[in-house]
Amino acid sequence: MSGQAIAATASPSATPARAPRRGPPLHRRLINVRRFLVPVLLVILWQLAADVGLISTRLLAPPAAIASAAWELIASGELPYHLLVSLQRVAIGLAIALTARVSLGLIAGLSKLGEDAVDATLQMLRALPFLALVPLFILWLGIGEATKIALVALGATFPIYLTLFGGIRGVDPKLLEAGRILGLNRAEQIRHIILPGALPQALVGLRYALGTAWLSLVVGEQINATAGIGFLVMDAREFLRTDIILVGLVVYALLGLGADQLVRALERRTLAWRPSLIREA
Amino acid sequence: MNAIVELRALSRRFHGPASQPVLDRIDLTIAPGEFVALLGRSGSGKTTLLRTLAGLDPVTEGKARLPQRRAVVFQEPRLLPWKPVWENVALGLPGSLGATRGHALRALREVELAHRAQAWPLTLSGGEAQRTGLARALVRDPELLLLDEPFASLDALTRLRMQSLVGELWQAHQPAVLLVTHDVEEALLLADRVLVLAQGRLIEDVSVPLPRPRRRAAADFDALRLRLLGALGVDEDGNDAAKAA
Repeated sequence: MSGQAIAATASPSATPARAPRRGPPLHRRLINVRRFLVPVLLVILWQLAADVGLISTRLLAPPAAIASAAWELIASGELPYHLLVSLQRVAIGLAIALTARVSLGLIAGLSKLGEDAVDATLQMLRALPFLALVPLFILWLGIGEATKIALVALGATFPIYLTLFGGIRGVDPKLLEAGRILGLNRAEQIRHIILPGALPQALVGLRYALGTAWLSLVVGEQINATAGIGFLVMDAREFLRTDIILVGLVVYALLGLGADQLVRALERRTLAWRPSLIREA
Repeated sequence: MNAIVELRALSRRFHGPASQPVLDRIDLTIAPGEFVALLGRSGSGKTTLLRTLAGLDPVTEGKARLPQRRAVVFQEPRLLPWKPVWENVALGLPGSLGATRGHALRALREVELAHRAQAWPLTLSGGEAQRTGLARALVRDPELLLLDEPFASLDALTRLRMQSLVGELWQAHQPAVLLVTHDVEEALLLADRVLVLAQGRLIEDVSVPLPRPRRRAAADFDALRLRLLGALGVDEDGNDAAKAA
């Protein structure tokens, strides 16, 4: 991989006389195609197996049925509606997790006192599988939106806190010393040195947090929901509509992928200074 | 002349008041604009002395008078990788980024690095990174410039260029300089005065009255070189004099 990245940057400067570039070079495009070959082949096989009766369409809907179910759900406005509800839950939960944990991560990361006060407690709580708290949450918050959002927030919370704390502690003390000599006060040191230094790790945490946020969402939406992708799936189960169930799964997968891409884009923007990214650019 | 640095009986211990001092009753005066080189083997307390002069370490025993405007160039460049070169140079200057940009670019031009002003620090070569560090120090218009073995990790050719660059910049700006090094020739090429530190004590304080630019081949250069090597406990062939005795 790295060999290709180097080759890709070397070529424009090394051979400026070449004709204007039309997208990535051919061998790279071929590799992109190759990566999708096996999944596409599997889908075709699945469809064929269903067509000849090898797979019961009652237990597992074939791809064509899933596609048409997806189309119907989109056309009727059902899917967009439930998607919006789910997205809203994740957004609110993540926002809560981010604010809470970024502030706690800062408190613990920036002072010894903060670490003693915050870190031990959070590490203990972390040992608890957060999905085991569902019964308590239902008792405390009822079975409405609050429980679902709380689950998402809790699930996203620890990765953000842990990586931010680690990132802050990992900042090179020599850089901080240089900052002191350059006349930066504490607030400026945090702004110019500590936070940017912790950012790469914190973004890894964010990516991980998005993953657990979807996981919590799936669990949360199976608790007596009346809307959301999870509700769509549970509702379809009642009617043995495996096509709709699979549409829900596909949507979950796409959401996860999309979130990952979002963080990657964020990384490319904010971590442009990293050598690996400089090479790709 | 009024001294810009004045140390009186400065001692420093790392492990409690009864422990072996790292710096042992150091007396040192540096005049404005004076170029002083500090030689010493590793572990002799060179870096500790420099850190005290930089104000990074507290003064616990003895007295120290330091100028307000101090700047340090470290052995490793210590640039913030997430800021482009010119922002690294401008970091910590009073005023907004826009206002300090001009100063930063001027300093970069002086170290012949104006064309790399927008570059990310991790793309710089070792010599370029050290020149950025030099620009970052110069832009503060220091009264005292502290150089902590700034050429130690550079290749031989880059090192020669850096040495003459430092000489030129010193003559143009006239800060007092303390150059910490373990290279006797480097010290003799650049400094007005060479100090030798051993086991926390200043054991030599030698003026270098040679005219500039200096030639390594000159006879008086060589005489001084041998004298300083002797003070460092190394004979002409690089053998450890103390062990041979």
